[in-house]
Amino acid sequence: MMAEAGLAALWLAAAMALLQLAGGLSLIGDGKLASLIRPAAMVQGALCVFSFCALIWLFWITDLSVLLVASNSHIDKPAIFKIAGTWGNHEGSMLLWVTVMALSGAAIALLEKRIDAKTLGATLGVQAVVSLGFFAFLLFSSNPFERLVPAPAQGAGLNPLLQDIGLAFHPPTLYIGYVGLSVAFSFAVGALLTRQVGPAFARAMRPWVLGAWIFLTLGITAGSYWAYYELGWGGWWFWDPVENASLMPWLAATALLHSVSVLATRNALRAWTIMLALVAFAMSMAGTFLVRSGVLTSVHSFAVDPERGAFILTLMLVYTGAAFVLFALRIGTVRQGEPFQLVSREGAIVANNIFLSVILGIVLIGTLYPLAAEALGDKISVGPPYFNKATVPIALLLMLALLLGPMLRWRRDEIARHKYWLVGFFAIILWSGVAVWQFAPGVGIFPTLGIAFALALAVASFVPLKGRNLLRTPLPIYGMVIAHFGLAVSVFGMASESGFSKESLTALSPGQSAQVAGWTVKLDDVNPAIGDNWVGIQGEMLANRGGKTFALHPQSRQFFQPEMQTSEAALLTRWNGQLYAVLAQPDERTGKWQVRLWWKPYVTFIWFGGALVALGGLIALLGRMLRRPRKPAKNNWASE
Amino acid sequence: MKPKHQRLVLALVAFVALIGAGFIAAAALRDEASYFYTPTTLAKAQVEPGKAIRLGGMVQKGSIVRGTDGVSITFTVQDQEGEQNVAYRGITPDLFVEGSGVVADGRMRADGVFVAESLLAKHDENYVPKELADIDMTAAQQTKDTLSK
Amino acid sequence: MTRPWLLWLPLAVIAFIGGLAIYGLLVPKDELVRSAMVGQKLPQFALAPATAGVQGLASSDMADGKPRLLNIFASWCIPCKAEAPHLETLKKAGVEIDAIAVRDRPEDVAVFLDQFGNPFRRIGADNEMAVQLMLGSSGVPETYVIGSDGKISYQHIGDIREEHVPMLLEKLAEAK
Repeated sequence: MMAEAGLAALWLAAAMALLQLAGGLSLIGDGKLASLIRPAAMVQGALCVFSFCALIWLFWITDLSVLLVASNSHIDKPAIFKIAGTWGNHEGSMLLWVTVMALSGAAIALLEKRIDAKTLGATLGVQAVVSLGFFAFLLFSSNPFERLVPAPAQGAGLNPLLQDIGLAFHPPTLYIGYVGLSVAFSFAVGALLTRQVGPAFARAMRPWVLGAWIFLTLGITAGSYWAYYELGWGGWWFWDPVENASLMPWLAATALLHSVSVLATRNALRAWTIMLALVAFAMSMAGTFLVRSGVLTSVHSFAVDPERGAFILTLMLVYTGAAFVLFALRIGTVRQGEPFQLVSREGAIVANNIFLSVILGIVLIGTLYPLAAEALGDKISVGPPYFNKATVPIALLLMLALLLGPMLRWRRDEIARHKYWLVGFFAIILWSGVAVWQFAPGVGIFPTLGIAFALALAVASFVPLKGRNLLRTPLPIYGMVIAHFGLAVSVFGMASESGFSKESLTALSPGQSAQVAGWTVKLDDVNPAIGDNWVGIQGEMLANRGGKTFALHPQSRQFFQPEMQTSEAALLTRWNGQLYAVLAQPDERTGKWQVRLWWKPYVTFIWFGGALVALGGLIALLGRMLRRPRKPAKNNWASE
Repeated sequence: MKPKHQRLVLALVAFVALIGAGFIAAAALRDEASYFYTPTTLAKAQVEPGKAIRLGGMVQKGSIVRGTDGVSITFTVQDQEGEQNVAYRGITPDLFVEGSGVVADGRMRADGVFVAESLLAKHDENYVPKELADIDMTAAQQTKDTLSK
Repeated sequence: MTRPWLLWLPLAVIAFIGGLAIYGLLVPKDELVRSAMVGQKLPQFALAPATAGVQGLASSDMADGKPRLLNIFASWCIPCKAEAPHLETLKKAGVEIDAIAVRDRPEDVAVFLDQFGNPFRRIGADNEMAVQLMLGSSGVPETYVIGSDGKISYQHIGDIREEHVPMLLEKLAEAK
């Protein structure tokens, strides 16, 4: 019964979305149905939550008469994985998607009081259109509540990948980010429709962009760490299509986050902000399409389905196509924003936006190029060398802009006012650059500059706090400081890892040792190891540096279904880096074991910095929400 | 700057940036996009040493030679008409055996040996590269020939 | 706006991406690795029994002029468990089924047969995947239809589901 109830709730929710759309459309005419919009959005949210809970319930009790449960769960599955199994598959994750989307609509309907009623109606109307597409997708091609007759006795096997708790939470994190961008899209199109592209609109949209961006940041950071420890290749970013699919929306969202601040605070960059909101949504849809359709091959395995890919592609083309047509026709009639000087906070943010857009363009071209080449009859793969070579210089320029940007005044400023800071930053860059170059001449230009810029940025990120009463500084300022500092930390980790990693690849007999970067790693023994659905070998290693000894247990696992081999790298984390050990198959002739060791200095800074960036976003979001005015906004943007 | 011009300037800056991105991408792609070759097409193509390419084919029977250090190997990749010697240093995939399909990312060395930076064995079910699908059609026949010799 | 054409640029970019994506979806993307052996004579091989109490499998065992199925499976493969009842159905329909266990251990095969039934006439052990490669099979489970002329007439990739049973029966009838 629960499955039917869940499905019924889903159909009702779709009907509510239709009602919400009708209300939005009536705004063109007499607006008689406009009073329906808010209640419809709220009921829709409640219905979707009910539907999602119904699916969780079905997974919890392992109702094998439901196809989705039978094919994705198992009676013997641990409880946490049963629940995670709800969204660990295509249908369930799409239900999560529409649920979060409907909840966002309900939240807007309930809480949003800053923008005028007509723009709000238009926004929710657009949101209803977007939701309807996803409802159609869910109900017609990915029904999560489909029954299976007759019910099987025990359900399909355990997918080993879903046994990883990190992976169970990674896709939904990204999806929530994507939904946030779709809300921003609805706001942007709503504002375009009513021509109310101003600070009120920007302030209403900003929390959604910020929230989406926090989730995307967390998702990318976690995904990178997962690839690092799970794939056993010692890398943390592979420029794989699936990774790029999550990076592109993040780049667009980061640009949008900055430009929306300009619009909220200074009423400038109107057209540009609207366009970025549309681009960010397009990128999130394109990302979902790339991951789900299997058009590009990836090392990350996903259940791919071209038909569903076609559905997502259609949605993406219809929504973004219509929105960009509206943009082209309408934006000329939106009044121009406030002017500003080139040297100003606005100018710095424009620079930020342009650099981010260029990186986005390069990543997009590199990701789609193999497809374009295939259309012309060439078989090509584009790998890390391209992406590193093309994006790193732009990213370094972006960091330079970031040194000065946050301390510039709004509207107009003079470089001369900041000359002491500039000299200071230049001194840090020069000193650390020369130091790195002296210390390790062969390290390459990018890591050297990366470390130098990161050190300067670490100092520069705190400058906006100078001269402020720290107790009365608004939370968003702290958020910005922490996020920028987090970026410096992360870049430092990346540069250090890519420039200073030491590797040792040897074949060892039990009892023999290998050296890497001052560590002596002894292979004591290799023992068989057995898990639920894999067999493998486990190395017993002892790592010694400076008299302290640590045990390491790298494994090589052979999974049965899907048939695959994974290397469980052993990681030894010290404050200043990680020792990363991989054990591979034996050499038949000599009986030696292949052992690969890395010393990766400060590598953990990459993800620690990423987490700081997300934390900064969270603090800023909290600050915005706590300061939310109860009454319609006073026009106080100038005082910020 | 006059307000009227500001929007125009910003739009043009954005446009120039977009074109710039295109140029950077095109320049980097020319150097770094790796084309897919089989031993036969590689022999005809005259690829300059040091350029990133992909090589796909079958590991020739009896060609795998393991180095004394236990971590480097050399082997020959073959297809219907061509052969290519490959050197690799690192951990080989589990299913990398003689007679299996392989895709190697790497670069040509001046002496005509292909130096692989990473290897992908075809029977890694997770990852059958698109490029290899064509070769598979003939792989079975070849394996049969090799085995029946 | 003084440069209206510039405003259509994003739309053009989206249209281009869309075009590429549509192309990507439309080109036949058969990620399955089809065997080149379909239509050819079954290669020669002889395999030891996969476990105690079953007979080994040689290509000569299948040359009695009857159409049959050759199933490639492994005890560690989960879809193989899923297809077991459907193989049973095929056997009940009078089909002779031979099997090859790939990269397996005798004791595991015994447990598998015990748990999921044994619809097989003979089961050969292919520990080095030599015969699997020879047949042009790149994974488990796969099922081949061998005609009465000794030629491979059809290759089924992946597990046999309920809906495949009539289709396989039809292929067997054609292969007479």
